[in-house]
Amino acid sequence: MSPIPGHGLAKGLAVTLRTMTRRTVTQQYPETLPELPPRSRGVIGLFEENCTVCMLCARECPDWCIYIDSHKETTPAAAPGGRERSRNVLDRFAIDFSLCMYCGICIEVCPFDALFWSPEFEYAETDIRELTHERDTLREWMWTVPPPPALDPAAEEPKELAAARKSVDKLAAEARVAVQAPPAPAAQPASAAQPAKGATAATDANTKDATDPKDATAAKDATEPKDDKGPKDDKGGERP
Amino acid sequence: MNPTLDMVLRAVGVLVVFMVLPLTVGQAEHKVMAHMQGRLGPMYAGGFHGWAQLVADGVKFVQKEDIVPTGADRRVFQLAPVVALLPYLVVLIAIPVGPHGFVGATVDAGLFFVLAMMGVGVLGSLMAGWASANKFSLLGALRSAAQLMAYELPMLLAAASVAMAAGTVSLPGLLSAFHWWWIPWQLVGGLVFFTAGLAELQRPPFDMPVADSEIIFGAYTEYTGLRFALFLLAEYAGIVVLCALTSVLYLGGWHGPWSGSVGWLWTLVKTGLLAFVVIWLRVSYPRLREDQLQKFAWTVLIPLSLLQIALTGIVKVVIS
Repeated sequence: MSPIPGHGLAKGLAVTLRTMTRRTVTQQYPETLPELPPRSRGVIGLFEENCTVCMLCARECPDWCIYIDSHKETTPAAAPGGRERSRNVLDRFAIDFSLCMYCGICIEVCPFDALFWSPEFEYAETDIRELTHERDTLREWMWTVPPPPALDPAAEEPKELAAARKSVDKLAAEARVAVQAPPAPAAQPASAAQPAKGATAATDANTKDATDPKDATAAKDATEPKDDKGPKDDKGGERP
Repeated sequence: MNPTLDMVLRAVGVLVVFMVLPLTVGQAEHKVMAHMQGRLGPMYAGGFHGWAQLVADGVKFVQKEDIVPTGADRRVFQLAPVVALLPYLVVLIAIPVGPHGFVGATVDAGLFFVLAMMGVGVLGSLMAGWASANKFSLLGALRSAAQLMAYELPMLLAAASVAMAAGTVSLPGLLSAFHWWWIPWQLVGGLVFFTAGLAELQRPPFDMPVADSEIIFGAYTEYTGLRFALFLLAEYAGIVVLCALTSVLYLGGWHGPWSGSVGWLWTLVKTGLLAFVVIWLRVSYPRLREDQLQKFAWTVLIPLSLLQIALTGIVKVVIS
């Protein structure tokens, strides 16, 4: 195979010598921290404000490492004659990371976005029992959770943002009407109608602007009827 | 100078070299081997790139319990590490470092003395293996005995070729007779000598007697703590001695530009380069099988060294 005897031996020496001249890729861990991808799965953080103690995570956990205690509290009826409401209050939320196998099913299954992956990974302990982390530690890890990735440029606007924008627009339009309304009774009805028309046109333009990206996506399902409804509602509100 | 003081100074100098150089080679092995494998090696002990790693290792070895197995031959077991280590110290005395008597002690039959002493070193692991009363140790010891038998012969023949060329067996005398064209002339002998020396030191790829993955470090299986460390030290001292000898016999020792003033540096540099080659070979090649090892010695090295002797004889007759 090789033309010169000892060719393979020389090749072996060359490989080791070449490796020696190259920089090693070793990272001296405690001195240089690893550059983790932002959505690394290091530890599970709990956003306890969102938790409703539905117990889905604890039930879905394959190795049963989530411990949840809670009690019920009743809030008195808001209006007289109404029913009093009962709600769950979280007493204990603990994850035993000595059992956890980092499958992430609890995070997937949480319907209220109370559990998140955090890239934090330096929580080794010298005693296995100390690996059971309680809600305060889990809550602290929430601060290390990176913000969710930006949406696709062509994606549909998040529902929360759309709803918030709509209510803000509505309030702004009402305020404008309220500012321009006081002189209206004194002036002629025709002139009073003119500014009101102008205001409606302005709000129409506003809502159009807001809905433009949605039109671009041509999302015809739930958003289209709402968009139609929005301006109509506005107009209805403005018509005296 | 007072001859007694002179002798004491030389002895202390040799002792210091014996303490420092093997550790330097050991540290170099740590780092070179690591980088050849794409690692960093020790980085913490001593602060700067782990320079004190072997000191730390030594401290650890001293702290460990010194165990002698119940079935072992106690005295022989305890003596073996010393027998393995001391010959190399003795050899170091006779190796000339620089011109003008820069040598521990001038021995007239230096070459004989040096080669005989290096052979004694192997006795240490033979003693260790026999005294351990452990089948792995015995296997290892017998393997090293077989290796000694096989590789001592080509080593001696190759060394004899140099002695023929120089017409003397005194190491300083050998060096004063040296000319640069001896290097190509004795090249084959040098390769044989170096290879056989590696085998005698049981260095990879000739480390069948220790073969940690099959006979669990062979003769050293039962050793712990300081005695084990002495065996390790003997290995590195052996590397220093072999490399120094090879450079003296085949590479001209202190010969080189400005050898009158920095001759000792030339010896050190040549020894260091050869030590690097020893480490390099260890990293690059897998271990030979026992039968391959024997076959290599008897069918390749011995014919080569005989050939070298013939060549030396012919050239010697032609030029005289």
